[in-house]
Amino acid sequence: MSALRIVVCVKQVPDTWSEKRLDPLDQTLDRAAADGVIDELDTYAVEEALRIEEANEGSTVVVLTMGPAGAADTVRKALSMGADEAVHVVDDALHGSDALATSLVLAKAIERTGFDLVVLGSESTDARMGVVPAMLAERLGVPQATLASKVEVDASTSPATVKIHRQTDVGQVVVSAQLPAVISVLEKINEPRYPSFKGIMAAKTKPTATWALTDLDIDASSVGLAASATVVVDAVARPPRGEHTIIKDEGDGGSRIADFLVSRKLL
Amino acid sequence: MADVLVLVEHVDGVVGKPTLELLTLATRIGSPVAIVVGDGTGLAEKLGEYGATAVLSADDDALTSSVVAPVVSLIESLVASRSPAAVLIASTTEGKEIAGRLAVRLDAGVLTDAVDVALDGDTVVVEQSVFGGSTVVHAKATRGVPIVTVRPNSVTPVASPAAADVSAVTFPAADGRHAVVESRSATAAGGRPGLSEASVVVAGGRGVGTAEKFALIEELADALSAAVGASRAATDAGWYPHAAQVGQTGVTVAPQLYIACGISGAIQHRAGMQTSKTIVAINKDAEAPIFELADFGVVGDLHVVVPQLIAEIAKRKS
Ligand SMILES: Cc1cc2nc3c(=O)[nH]c(=O)nc-3n(C[C@H](O)[C@H](O)[C@H](O)COP(=O)(O)OP(=O)(O)OC[C@H]3O[C@@H](n4cnc5c(N)ncnc54)[C@H](O)[C@@H]3O)c2cc1C
Ligand SMILES: Nc1ncnc2c1ncn2[C@@H]1O[C@H](COP(=O)(O)O)[C@@H](O)[C@H]1O
Repeated sequence: MSALRIVVCVKQVPDTWSEKRLDPLDQTLDRAAADGVIDELDTYAVEEALRIEEANEGSTVVVLTMGPAGAADTVRKALSMGADEAVHVVDDALHGSDALATSLVLAKAIERTGFDLVVLGSESTDARMGVVPAMLAERLGVPQATLASKVEVDASTSPATVKIHRQTDVGQVVVSAQLPAVISVLEKINEPRYPSFKGIMAAKTKPTATWALTDLDIDASSVGLAASATVVVDAVARPPRGEHTIIKDEGDGGSRIADFLVSRKLL
Repeated sequence: MADVLVLVEHVDGVVGKPTLELLTLATRIGSPVAIVVGDGTGLAEKLGEYGATAVLSADDDALTSSVVAPVVSLIESLVASRSPAAVLIASTTEGKEIAGRLAVRLDAGVLTDAVDVALDGDTVVVEQSVFGGSTVVHAKATRGVPIVTVRPNSVTPVASPAAADVSAVTFPAADGRHAVVESRSATAAGGRPGLSEASVVVAGGRGVGTAEKFALIEELADALSAAVGASRAATDAGWYPHAAQVGQTGVTVAPQLYIACGISGAIQHRAGMQTSKTIVAINKDAEAPIFELADFGVVGDLHVVVPQLIAEIAKRKS
């Protein structure tokens, strides 16, 4: 049985109930316009990391986030759930980073803190790109066992192994890999725990490293808006939907829908 | 005209509809070249019909025996040899992973979930629908070959016959350590189309009432050859599998027709369906926010309205 060092990547996102909009000046997400919260999908990643830790004595869970100073709340939330330590990468130069830059920064931070297993959410609820986990596996040069609806780690062997049920649009495959590896988890893989009062108190004193780009030997010119490999040319609010008809069912509701579908050539 | 590489999706010898959509977009910006993982011979006719000028067939089990990485190596080598104007991949979860890794290898811009692709001079510009469809964005890559994933149902496939020659391609073995596929289980789709690529989606929410009553939603779906979706309230209640959840934390769909039955239309649900071309809602509460989106809405009991609709569809089809 070997102890594992598990890094779980969590992202701060605008609260899901708030309207999201682009900053008119630089077409990046206007993060100031919305309250930030831990991405709900990443709480499944934290929970899965904690379960793997609990099943493998002596293991450690490190929370990693890249984001503005306010993302410290997100780190604390993960610590209060039970993670042991945290790394927060903050640097003004990071503003406007795209997925390529984000994965670069996360990979450097993961290498610096050390890892056997990296756990991520499968997709962030704001960017919805679903690319960072695969990009991290590429950058770290380790196996990619992503989109997991079930995870089993066997640390009794050397090297330790992970087996997952990988759920894609076309079906399910069982995938196995040797550690170190990157995994990403789907929503509903588990039931994330609520932080206990004790956990909330303990979170305040857990070690949290705050790293800037210089700590990671990353040149400021390789991240941020200016280094982005994509650029938004223009952005407009979607025009409201055209005419619509709402009727009350007078016993002919189903038939009226059929009429409508015929009129739209959908039937 | 420059090549546009299109990664083909195929199951049981049939080219997927999202691939025909990719080819249709590719013909607008260059000369479509289809990449087939597997034997491309039997697919060439269909691919050519929709504009593929060449079919590159990479028939090697190594491509599918580990997760994503070997396909990335294949496309990487084809980008090097053919200098395409763009790489188009369907916006499935796996498609996006391939695109992401490829972008790292090539240090190139990746644009996910495009709904349209066009040329502005020599530059490939994509249209994306962000924040759950509330904002329309045009974006482009600023370095490298643009790697674009296109959301299914974004365009109607248009035939554009070309003579597609099939040639076998080899690719470099993916070095490094990879996750190995141990076994596969086919989708238990039961003959229904996949949720993200279906042209019609019929979705049920808390208003459906019980797991058993979802049979009604399935019956309507089958009458329209549709996929079945569900709100989170319905999947949380265990009435329908989580994989069917539509919304911010579920699948994003943009079908020709979306029928919401007993779904209130919470912001997180709308985020996954509001770019549907036509939306029909059935809800007994006239104030339900789903009606703000609906092209056609019926305020009524779905247990009455849906059976009548099913009967009407049968009548009009015969
Ligand atoms: C972080 C986060 C992420 C989320 N992600 C998602 C997501 O991905 N997808 C998602 O769907 N939700 C998501 N939700 C949940 C979302 O907020 C709503 O709670 C959920 O969509 C409600 O589902 P519903 O419309 O089925 O249920 P309800 O809101 O309870 O609505 C049921 C509707 O059915 C109607 N009704 C009842 N009986 C009948 C009848 N007999 N005939 C006709 N109409 C009837 C009612 O009038 C009501 O409008 C998320 C929430 C959070 C906080
Ligand atoms: N800035 C970030 N900091 C930490 N983790 C991140 C960040 N961005 C993305 N991730 C991780 O990558 C996953 C997928 O994000 P994305 O590819 O942006 O959809 C998320 O669920 C997180 O686990």
